[in-house]
Order: sequence, then C-alpha cells, then structure tokens
Amino acid sequence: MDEQRRARRERLRWHCRRALLELDIVFERFWRSAGELSEDDEVVLADLLAMEDHELWYLVSGQTETDDPRAKGMVERLRQA
Amino acid sequence: MSVTVRTFDAVIVGAGGAGLRAAIQLSESGFKTAVLTKVFPTRSHTVAAQGGVAASLGNSEEDHWHWHMYDTVKGSDWLGDQDAIEFMCRKANECVIELEHYGMPFDRTDAGKIYQRPFGGHMSNFGEKPVRRSCAAADRTGHAMLHAMYQRNVKANTQFFVEWMALDLVRDAEGEVLGVTAMDMETGEIVVFHAKATIFATGGAGRIFHSSTNAFINTGDGLGMAARAGIPLEDMEFWQFHPTGVAGAGVLITEGVRGEGGILRNGQGERFMERYAPNAKDLASRDVVSRAMVTEINEGRGCGPNKDFVLLDITHLEPATIMKRLPGIREIAIQFAGVDPIKEPIPVVPTCHYQMGGIPTNYHGQVVVPQGDAKAAVVPGFYAAGECACASVHGANRLGTNSLLDLLVFGKSAGETAVEELKKSAKAHKPLPQGEIDRALARVNRLDTQTTGADVHETRIAMQRAMQNHCGVFRFADKLKEGVGKILEVEQQVRNTVIRDKSKVFNTARVEALELENLIEVAVATMISAEARKESRGAHVRDDATDTPEHPDGRDDAHWLKHTLWYKEGNRLDYKPVTLTPLSVDTIALKKRAY
Ligand SMILES: Cc1cc2nc3c(=O)[nH]c(=O)nc-3n(C[C@H](O)[C@H](O)[C@H](O)COP(=O)(O)OP(=O)(O)OC[C@H]3O[C@@H](n4cnc5c(N)ncnc54)[C@H](O)[C@@H]3O)c2cc1C
Repeated sequence: MDEQRRARRERLRWHCRRALLELDIVFERFWRSAGELSEDDEVVLADLLAMEDHELWYLVSGQTETDDPRAKGMVERLRQA
Repeated sequence: MSVTVRTFDAVIVGAGGAGLRAAIQLSESGFKTAVLTKVFPTRSHTVAAQGGVAASLGNSEEDHWHWHMYDTVKGSDWLGDQDAIEFMCRKANECVIELEHYGMPFDRTDAGKIYQRPFGGHMSNFGEKPVRRSCAAADRTGHAMLHAMYQRNVKANTQFFVEWMALDLVRDAEGEVLGVTAMDMETGEIVVFHAKATIFATGGAGRIFHSSTNAFINTGDGLGMAARAGIPLEDMEFWQFHPTGVAGAGVLITEGVRGEGGILRNGQGERFMERYAPNAKDLASRDVVSRAMVTEINEGRGCGPNKDFVLLDITHLEPATIMKRLPGIREIAIQFAGVDPIKEPIPVVPTCHYQMGGIPTNYHGQVVVPQGDAKAAVVPGFYAAGECACASVHGANRLGTNSLLDLLVFGKSAGETAVEELKKSAKAHKPLPQGEIDRALARVNRLDTQTTGADVHETRIAMQRAMQNHCGVFRFADKLKEGVGKILEVEQQVRNTVIRDKSKVFNTARVEALELENLIEVAVATMISAEARKESRGAHVRDDATDTPEHPDGRDDAHWLKHTLWYKEGNRLDYKPVTLTPLSVDTIALKKRAY
C-alpha cells in the first residue's frame, strides 16, 4: 500500500474513535473483519463517519435506514460486524 | 533537538464540556487561547451523557442549593470538600442559565421554564424525599451542551487544534507550568505550546478496567502527563461502577430498565435483590446493587459457562412497552449480547463508569499540591477541570447529573481564575526548559526506534484484567496486595512496548501506545491507593472493613477521613485533610450514609 493510501486508511481508522462506546465496539469489530476496502468503500465510510454519533448509531443499529444507495452496502457490513 | 514553539496566552487540553467552558471564559476576555483535542470537539465523551445536569432551579417544585449541597456531601460519603461543594451547588443555577443563553435546547415546562426531573440521590429538605433537579435536553443533554458551547467558542475566536495529542507538561525548575508538548497526528510533528496558563480538561480514564461504560477515548492522558511531571493524583481508589453494563461489552443499560420493571436474576433464576434490599429491591442505589451482583457471582451463583454474569430480565414486560418506554435497549441487547430481550434476559455485570479522583485542585480550578507545611499550594500556571480533576466535589461517590454540573462550574471557574492571573502576569513568557521538552521527545523516540518488545493491545488487556480482577467493585486485602505486584509487572511491560508501523503520518498505533503509557499511570495509582486504604467508604468497599457499630458500613473516620495523594516517583503515598468547613454555612456533620 502506498504511503498516501496508508495515511488515508489510518485517518479513517482514527475517525472511528467515537463519543459512544456502542460505535467504538462496532468499528473495532468491523476493522478486525473488514478485509480489503476499495477506494469507493473508503469514500462511503468517510461520509458515514462525518455523521453525528447518535444518528450514526441509530443507522448502524437498524433504528433508521439510509436513502443513499451507495451507503447501504457499507451500513450492512457494519451491522454484520 | 529543536522543535517548533507556538505561543498563546492560554492552552487548554481537551474540548469536552470542561475544556469548552473554560475556553469561552478566556477567549471572551480577549486572551489568545488554543484548545487541543484528540477528536473533533463534539465527538468528546461528554456526548454520551443523557441523564441531565443538576441545578436547584426549583422550576417544578421547591428546591434550594443548600439541600443540593447536603445531598452531594452525603453522596460523597463525607470525603468531598465542603467548600468546593458549596461553591458548585451555589453556582449551579447561574451556570445552567448561562448555558441556556448559549442556545442549549433544554426540555421545557408548559410555562416555558426549564423542565426538571428526579434523579437518584437528589432530595429535598436535607434528604427527606426525591426532588426534581435534573435539567435535560431529551436524551441528548451532553451532545446539546457541547454544540452550544462549541458555537460560542467559534464566535469568540478560540483556536482549535483538532487531532492533536498533548504528550507532556512543560514545567520549569520552580515548578511553574509553561505549556505542553503536543503531536499533530496528521503529520507526526511535535510542537511546544508555550502558554502562561495551561488548563487540563482531558476527561476520565475508565478504560483502565476490562469492563467499562466509557468510550475508547477515555485514556486518562491528563492524569498521566500530570503524574510524570511530579504532580500527585488524588483519591484514585474511588471509581463508580454502574450495575448494568452488558457483559463482555460494557455498554450501559440505563437504570430506566429496572425502573420499568426489569428484574435481576442469578444462575438459579432467583430474584436475588429481594435478599439484599427487601424494600427497594432491584431499584436500590448503584453501589448496593453492584455489590449484590458481585456477591452472587463470587459465591458461584452467576450465569453462563463461567458463571461470571447475572441476568437482567424484561421478558415479562409487554413487547410494546419495551419498544415504547425503553427505546434503544433492544438494539443494544441484540447488537452486544446477541439476545432479543423480548424473548431472553440480558447478561449484565457491574461496569466501571466514573472516576471520582484526579488531578488535585481547589474550587478556583487551580492545581494544588503539598509544599513544605502547606498541603494545598498552588502550582503556578496550571489548572484542571472536569472528570480529570478532583476539586473534590464527588469524594468517594458521585451523584448522577453532578458531573455535567462539575464541568460547567469548574470549567468556568478555572477559566475565570486564569483570566485574573493573566491580567496580573508579566508581559513576556518565561523561557522554556529544554530538558522538559526532551522528556516527551524521548518517549516518542523510543517507540520510533524500538524493534522488539511487548504488544500494545495485549499489554492493555493485561492491565485491564489485573484491574478488574484485583480492584473491582468488591475489594479483598489479599487480592489487592497481589494486584499491586501484577500491575507493577504490567507497568514494566508498558515501558517495553513495540509498534510495527513507524510512519509519521497518521500513525494510530503510535497514538495507542502513547495512550497506554497514560492509562498505566492511572492504573498503578488506583491499585496502590486502594490497597492502602484500609476502610470501606463510598465506592471503595473492602471485605475486611465491614459494617460494625463502631464503623458503620466499614467507614473509619478516625483514621481515614482524608484524601489520598499518590506520587509516581517511588509510588509514594501522602494524605491531606478533607475540608469540612463550607464557605458560608455550617459544616454538614458526619453521619452514616443511609438512604
Ligand atoms: C455512558 C455515560 C453516561 C453519562 N451520563 C451522565 C449524565 O447524564 N450526567 C452527568 O452529569 N454525567 C454523566 N456522565 C459522566 C460525564 O459524561 C463525564 O464525566 C463528563 O462528560 C466528562 O467531561 P470532560 O469535559 O471532563 O471530558 P470529556 O468530555 O471526556 O472530554 C475530554 C476531552 O479531552 C481531549 N483529550 C484527552 N486527552 C487528550 C490529549 N492527550 N491531547 C489532546 N486532547 C485530549 C478529548 O479529545 C476530549 O475533547 C456519563 C458518563 C458516561 C460514560
């Protein structure tokens, strides 16, 4: 992985440090099992990580759904994590 | 090695509730203020607070700060300093109303006033009956609070340094604090923030325990930095455990679940709280329920293959009730316990929740340490507020909703004192001592060059297990002794950790290794302080200090009505008296803490 890509991935990882323990645990499990992330995956994940903690938790725990077709796959992966 | 120096009037480490409140005070007074934070301000752990913030506004029924003060002293099991407690309770209304003016969307009564609800331990008329004292913004109190204060700071031109990690204090030979060294996570660059006032608002260190309701960010960095700079840590043996964290995950299941009829059961299906608290049963206070649960587990009546948890049962409630009155609980149980609570009970254990101790301060927010004959001499240039500080208002046990109040009142107070001191101070900054800067550089350099050693993740788990097994809810003399040995072993491992990724740019492995160096200071302080305190008080409960007529609930005021001070150097302990004299009212006299 080139340095730029690595740095981008690491930044994403850091943005998974959240204010809610619920999300910390989901993301910890996600990274353990994530396997390869495509560049598109990284963009989608970055968008999700820009959400407020409570909104993101509602989404990941299935209390709300996303309208964004691109995000659905990633949300599903987080739910399975 | 030379490093870049950036100069400010004040540097604040932490952008949670306490840091943001202090920053408002400084920036609005026209001082050039930097706020450093590991994560975006509104992602600080204060966001997780739902229950509310205490203030005796008396909007729903009669209330008085003096009653609030009484409850707080009693809640603290008389270890809280009564001057600081009076100060906090008297300032509460002003601080909450200020927050309202900053735009905080509090819930309202029909008449348009701030709506208030009851919360455990808050009573009217000196402990007579529950009172409505908690002010909330739906279940988003902490979140709304941070947003309101962040906006106010943006307006006041506070300079935020987001994704910057403070590494160490810079303290000169006279003991004066001159700022911090910090790392820009984006580039790995280390910079000195040179300031006349340094305020720590770094939050708690709940991640020292294996089972914790705290998010991963709570690594006690401020405490680690203070300890390495020779500042003692106060009352670190006192940690509040919440009875119902999901076993294995820690995620909090609110008290509301038991309020709606949830029942705790042991491995035999028995509703065991009937034996421990025949009246209040499952709704007894947090420490009573937690201890009962641990007793069941210790005596072999736990659940699961290792008999190491109990069950929180709501299967007898109507599914519609669960969905309507306990929103989000079902999702937490499914996600973290793998059970649907409509059909199966939830495995729970008492879980570390709140740190009562911290960096010693007075009620002006100034850090104070023993010096010569004085037990509380001010450390010039250094302030602390919020969960990382110990003023001490929570003493041996915190009341719910009092910590959001703590960070408003003492965040403001630390800011105000810093403003006063800055107005008096000389124009020029004192020169920086190079040796102090090298201290932080050396720690980072070790990680960058060491090629073999202990794994960070495994070492952290070893620390958390040692704390959980030897210094948990219930404490045993022999286990504590053994625990001291264990945690000192882990400390050696921490000094010898290795990271594989040596890159500078956004290296999260390096950040986690540095965080572990802070966590371990807190863990060692906790274990050693707990081993030494030979009584039971508030959250510190030992099986060899039990309820006797001479020492009700095992509390021994003759010997232990005093604050612990742990020093990193030589793991030395010192003690200082509890301030029993309030500012204007009579002392709240010692008595047994009974509800
Ligand atoms: C689940 C949960 C629910 C709670 N509910 C309530 C409630 O209802 N009412 C109540 O009164 N209390 C509640 N509490 C307690 C309360 O939320 C906390 O005590 C309080 O929010 C702590 O605020 P703080 O400002 O001290 O720290 P935090 O909000 O934790 O902020 C710490 C800040 O320091 C920064 N930081 C840390 N280390 C560094 C470093 N090395 N360099 C740079 N920045 C750093 C972080 O980035 C962050 O910005 C709850 C706690 C939990 C865990």
